[in-house]
Amino acid sequence: MTPATVHDSTVYTVPLVAVADETLFFVRNLEFFYGDFHALTNVSLDIHPKAITALIGPSGCGKSTFLRCLDRMNDLIAGTKVEGSVLFSGSDIYGPGVDPVDLRRRVGMIFQQPNPFPQSIYDNVAYGPRLQGIRKKSELDEIVEDSLKRANLWKEVKDILSKNGLAISGGQQQRLCIARVLAVEPDVLLMDEPCSAIDPTSVQKVEDLMAEIKEEVTTIIVTHNMQQAARVSDYTSFFLQEVAGEPAVLVESGKTNDLFTNPQDKRTEDYITGRFG
Amino acid sequence: MSAAYTPQPLTQQTLHPEDEGPFPDLAQTQPRHKTAALTLVSRATQIKERGLLLLFFACAIVAVLGVVLIFAFVAYQASGVFPNIGFLKFITGTKWSVAHSQFGVVPFIVGSVVVTIGALAIGAPLAIMTALFLSEVAGPRARAVIRPAVELLAGIPSVVYGFFGVTVVAPLVARLFGGAGFGPLTAWIVLSIMIVPTIAMLSEDALDSIPMGIREASFAMGATQWQTIYKVVLPAAKIGIIDAVILGMGRAIGETMAVLMIVGNAPQMFAGLTKPIATLTSQIVLGMSYAADDFRTALFGMAALLFLISMCLVLIVRLLSRTGKEG
Repeated sequence: MTPATVHDSTVYTVPLVAVADETLFFVRNLEFFYGDFHALTNVSLDIHPKAITALIGPSGCGKSTFLRCLDRMNDLIAGTKVEGSVLFSGSDIYGPGVDPVDLRRRVGMIFQQPNPFPQSIYDNVAYGPRLQGIRKKSELDEIVEDSLKRANLWKEVKDILSKNGLAISGGQQQRLCIARVLAVEPDVLLMDEPCSAIDPTSVQKVEDLMAEIKEEVTTIIVTHNMQQAARVSDYTSFFLQEVAGEPAVLVESGKTNDLFTNPQDKRTEDYITGRFG
Repeated sequence: MSAAYTPQPLTQQTLHPEDEGPFPDLAQTQPRHKTAALTLVSRATQIKERGLLLLFFACAIVAVLGVVLIFAFVAYQASGVFPNIGFLKFITGTKWSVAHSQFGVVPFIVGSVVVTIGALAIGAPLAIMTALFLSEVAGPRARAVIRPAVELLAGIPSVVYGFFGVTVVAPLVARLFGGAGFGPLTAWIVLSIMIVPTIAMLSEDALDSIPMGIREASFAMGATQWQTIYKVVLPAAKIGIIDAVILGMGRAIGETMAVLMIVGNAPQMFAGLTKPIATLTSQIVLGMSYAADDFRTALFGMAALLFLISMCLVLIVRLLSRTGKEG
């Protein structure tokens, strides 16, 4: 066993070749199984902090599955299994004794379908802070306003905060969900096709806010829309399941500009030029 | 394309030559875009549709008619309460003595209320937690055992529950708390088990109807399972669960046979958990077979009261689900 490269007092359970300081998620040889189905194989990827990474690929290529590995949401599905290592800020998130609840506080997630709680807009945003024990009304008010502003929703809802979160439009609901996540000040925002079920105006606002929060939050976005990936992201990774029933692989990763203008792999080129998928 | 296919001149082009077989001579066929006139609905179909609608309507009317007729009958029979007994004496009287022509029903109303509230206090939390376990926590294997068991509980005839109460619960209560073992406490225990399936099954339906997405959202925010259940799932299912509890309450207040067997059947005021009492239902059954004149009228008056109580319960459910939707 090669000795671990240790850059603080933590002793790692897996040998790390190099954990560069600029790597937030450090994924090596990830294998993922849904029961007997081998969904992902040999995925190795570095996620850079304070940047937007897009995961692209055709339907069923495992990009959402990969995303859900990063905050252990797949734990909620019975019969799933993960192999390989996923380090978040240097610690193995699948390591023994790691509390997924704590991980998910720091790694927020936005889903394809907006899923506000059937509670008031205010209570939706205050949900996370309240979980963390914040009770003071003035403090909560501040967090709610600030989060809704960051999610580009404040102007539209500031007079209807007591209205049910389900009573606003789908695009507004999605931004409400983003505000709800931002309220807990996560380090990372995982977005699983956040714009595929909402109106174009809201898509624009979501893309704007992603750029605005980039300095504080690292975003990883799964998208079907290559234009969106090219527009918003700094880095792009291309996933592909070449044969149905076989596990998907990570074909190519790189700076978005490089990947779209000068793909190294023939399959990437075929995909981004629209030859399949 | 098959090997036998030979390219056709452009004028004879069809989109799917394989499907068409030998190519038709297009000059002699109708142009494709010319559609046939729409067929009119046949008379037979019309009559059949109409007839079915009428049948469904008639079935729905039977239910409404049933309620109206039963209520009218009970009300008519009970109307004698006003001239013969005196409504105030009936509804506020605390003495029930057939021999002395005293027909105050307060002891029975109190009895019914005490038995129902107690049964709910024990049974509702039990049932809601069962529903939460089935819907949120249990794996497929545990669910496959527990759900049918709970459903089976609903299928046990109430006389069997009564029997269980008489032979098991009553002696136990007698030994632990004194008395003969027949009284409100015994009724609470037996009734609470009886209403579990009603409340549990309906609550589980309410919980299952909540989209998975909001649970995921809560977990993704770093909530624990308990926090997710307590702060997201339960509030979202609140209306459905309250409905379930009220229906369970209806079941408890209307339950007759089991209550009759274990409640002690003494037409006296509630005076303690182990002192025998009577409820509206049990008293009606006891008197029914031999009652005449004012006694009979009083029993019908009690039936009308029961009717009103359950109508109020249904009304509450309605109002609750309406306010729930608005809020």
